[in-house]
Amino acid sequence: MTDITDRQQLKYIAAQAADARVNLELETEGMTLNIGPQHPATHGTLRIVAKLDGEQVIAADPVMGYMHRGYEKLTEVRTYPQVTTLINRIDWLGSFANEVPFILAAEQLMEVEAPPRAQWIRTILFEMSRIANVVLFLGDMAVQVGAVTPVFFAFRDREHILNQIEAVTGGRFHPNFDRIGGLKDDLPAGWVAETKQVMKKMRAFCDEIETLVMGNEIFQARTRGIGVIPADVGLQYGLSGANIRASGVDWDVRRDNPCGLAYDQVDWKVWTHPDGDSFSRFWVRLQETREATKIVDQLLDTIPAGPVMAKVPRIIKVPAGEAYVETENPLGVMGYYVVSKGDLVPYRVKIRSASFNNMSISPWLLKGVYVPDIITILASLYFILGDIDR
Amino acid sequence: MISSILASWNDDYWVQTLLRVAGGLVGVLLIAGTLVYLHLFKMVSFMQSRLGPMEAGPFGSLQLLAEVGKHLQKEDIFPRKADRFVFAAAPFVILASTFLLVVVVPAGPDAWFISNDVGIYLGLALSSVSVLGILMAGWGSANKYSMLGGLRATGQLIAYELPLILAVVGVVIQAGSMNMQTIVYAQANGEIFGWDGIGNPYILTQGVAFVIFMIAMQAELTQAPFDMPIAESELVSGYMTEYSGMRFLLFFIGEFATAGVFAAVASVLFLGGWWAPIPGLEIDDNAWNLLGPLLLIGKIVVLTFVVFWVRFTFPRFREDQLQRLAWKFLIPLALANIVVTAIFKVWI
Amino acid sequence: MSSTDTPTEETPTEEAATDSAREAMLEQLSGELGDALVGSHLEPGIDLTVRVTAAAWADTAAFLKTGMGFAYFNFLSAIDWMPSPFGRDMDSQVDITLEGTEAKPAEEMTWGLAGGETRFQVFARVNDIVKHRAVTIKADVPEDSLTVPSWVGAYAGSNWHEREAWEMFGINFEGHPGLRHIYLPGEFEGNPLRKDYPLLARRVKPWPGIVDVEAMPGDDDETDSAEAAAGDASTDPADAGSQQ
Repeated sequence: MTDITDRQQLKYIAAQAADARVNLELETEGMTLNIGPQHPATHGTLRIVAKLDGEQVIAADPVMGYMHRGYEKLTEVRTYPQVTTLINRIDWLGSFANEVPFILAAEQLMEVEAPPRAQWIRTILFEMSRIANVVLFLGDMAVQVGAVTPVFFAFRDREHILNQIEAVTGGRFHPNFDRIGGLKDDLPAGWVAETKQVMKKMRAFCDEIETLVMGNEIFQARTRGIGVIPADVGLQYGLSGANIRASGVDWDVRRDNPCGLAYDQVDWKVWTHPDGDSFSRFWVRLQETREATKIVDQLLDTIPAGPVMAKVPRIIKVPAGEAYVETENPLGVMGYYVVSKGDLVPYRVKIRSASFNNMSISPWLLKGVYVPDIITILASLYFILGDIDR
Repeated sequence: MISSILASWNDDYWVQTLLRVAGGLVGVLLIAGTLVYLHLFKMVSFMQSRLGPMEAGPFGSLQLLAEVGKHLQKEDIFPRKADRFVFAAAPFVILASTFLLVVVVPAGPDAWFISNDVGIYLGLALSSVSVLGILMAGWGSANKYSMLGGLRATGQLIAYELPLILAVVGVVIQAGSMNMQTIVYAQANGEIFGWDGIGNPYILTQGVAFVIFMIAMQAELTQAPFDMPIAESELVSGYMTEYSGMRFLLFFIGEFATAGVFAAVASVLFLGGWWAPIPGLEIDDNAWNLLGPLLLIGKIVVLTFVVFWVRFTFPRFREDQLQRLAWKFLIPLALANIVVTAIFKVWI
Repeated sequence: MSSTDTPTEETPTEEAATDSAREAMLEQLSGELGDALVGSHLEPGIDLTVRVTAAAWADTAAFLKTGMGFAYFNFLSAIDWMPSPFGRDMDSQVDITLEGTEAKPAEEMTWGLAGGETRFQVFARVNDIVKHRAVTIKADVPEDSLTVPSWVGAYAGSNWHEREAWEMFGINFEGHPGLRHIYLPGEFEGNPLRKDYPLLARRVKPWPGIVDVEAMPGDDDETDSAEAAAGDASTDPADAGSQQ
């Protein structure tokens, strides 16, 4: 074993003291357990400082910012097409979905409307990124609860969707395909037929997960009644997506405010669950994945012909104004508040990310739960660190 | 000349001890290695639609050798605040309990380590030493995660010792002895309603006890669904977190060795041990000394297949649900089994 | 014209029909707030933005939540309206090359929808998900104290958003249970999203100029020549040796 010098010893002691100072809100009694930032369960570099009394949590304080990339500052020095490249990486699993609200906000300011074919394809890719994202959640929540096998199936079947997205956009994870006024390119030949096959496979996967994970008694014992979020508390904290729909709130931005995307041309259903616990969040996401495959099937049948890009100037100068557009992204509701002063670059972009709000309920939610339940609850809330930290 | 040397060895205490020690080491480690390859590397991989290690040796068969080599050359890390002796001794304590348990398992009519009249209970009592080892690992690591894992394990293992032992009582009542060799003979020579074609494997009459034993075995091995102590997604590796290199490998091999040894005990108690109804072979034939161990290994592989299949499929129980299962469900069931067996034994 | 509800562009009667919901909201708010409502902007069929005084900031939240049924808290943040003292990075390049003029000097402070008077403005958005309506509220932050009342009493979820606004802009929220860093490390100095906080990457190495304006084969001639000029001219004044 190597010798520790005095200086290193002092640094170590100082680091311990600094660590203790982090928790200004929490009293110093009980055991402090640091979950993360390097931890198999947190989806990225999240750190939760939990004060424990035996196996029960007295207080839990998430410490974020390990992945803070300063998006809102960066958007102030990038042109609108360059911003699209940047925001792909906010929620890196729901790749295409990040671009859409920003592009829609810019189109609203420019008073440009994308042609119907572009809106159709945008919706298809949007739903496919939702499927890709949530399929991973279905396997991932099983792993957090202890079943190690379903996640392999999730990754395997997710590859089909990523292959399709790559065929259209050229990128599996960061497509950078949306443009103000439409899309970069049209669909390749044979893509529609292939995607229909892929949707069948995804439905088979959903059925598999339903019996393997959701029907498992141990999974149900671990998730039913755990982490119940009452609807009014969820609304106060700004929860969105499946998290709030699992508490019985019937709100889906796709249905209520589609902003030009093709959801009103399709026959589909919004899934809610009255319980509000971890199991219901899993259940709602499973149903939503199936529903997304059906939406994609219907859209594939009815794609209109036409151009995929409207007439926009080569150099995009967005007129002065402010616009806010939010869409129902895989993780929840994502919105961009774009303030423009008539320049090439936005003046200020406020990124309303779903996971930030979803995570903000965790200090309230994690009080009094057992340590294993911390993991189950965080898994069921389903956040992506890039989305929280931006 | 050679036969006289061999005959003298029969009575020499030290030669016999040496032979048994060597046999125990080889038996346990070889079986552990086989189980690691068969179940961990291949069966699980196929279940998860992947191939598993394929590079080291044909179809990855020498992977464990590669792993041993890899672990041997790693740095031996001690956490700074760790209690050095406790930290270092813990894996050896756990391994010791495994070897002590294998000592009571007979592999043939003459191939046994000890033949003791309290056989099975001696073995189970000695195997409880592993609880000490886990607690030592959790405490000695000077790590809150390990401590949590060690405490969870202690509670779990103590809770599940009872169903384990109570399940065995039924078998002991039926066999009339606690000596493992006698239990095998009782199954070999027994009859089912007067038909002695397949002897009387106790899995038929003690089916409930078999299930309880398997569940309790899963918990004793801290395998999912009872792997709270090593809950990977929460405690990283529980009490094993701070171990690296060869010490970690000792835990790892110990886990599979213990699985194999417990499966051996289960197959002796419920499946007839080294005996199988092979037509034409009498019970006192010398061929059983060769065939017995092979048959026993086959039964071990089958039982551990079930153990690892369950491990890689099910999510894990939370600690309180786990305890509830043991105390409120398994123990009453085992007690009821004992009562029913006793009634049947006395009146039938 | 792009809008969230497609039929509004057709007839004034349809426009008025969509407006009436938002106009009713505006009336209800001004009825309750009176003088505290100092500005508003109603984009027919799209959105409603309302500006209130800083003193009434928290009361507006309480009224929205209990009196008007806006139970859903969307987000809360701030805007810094001061023009960047580091110049208009990208735009000055465009001004030189494409429009043939000198780099425009930085403008006077201008504000966005619903007006403004101070450098900092806080803005927040709340939704009523039952009736599917939403409103953006803005408030000027007083220059001397840089403090506004906190929304934590009305919407518990604003806790983290106010921490972020405090961290990034330096705005104090009176009544917040504990303002501390949410993204940045404990000893961080400065407020990054303020316009006078430099983006170091751009100060260290200036932007080489518009590089995505290259002539595509088969474009119009006039755009070709203008872009060629842009492509050439932008490499010269920017900096020598930077990548093209």
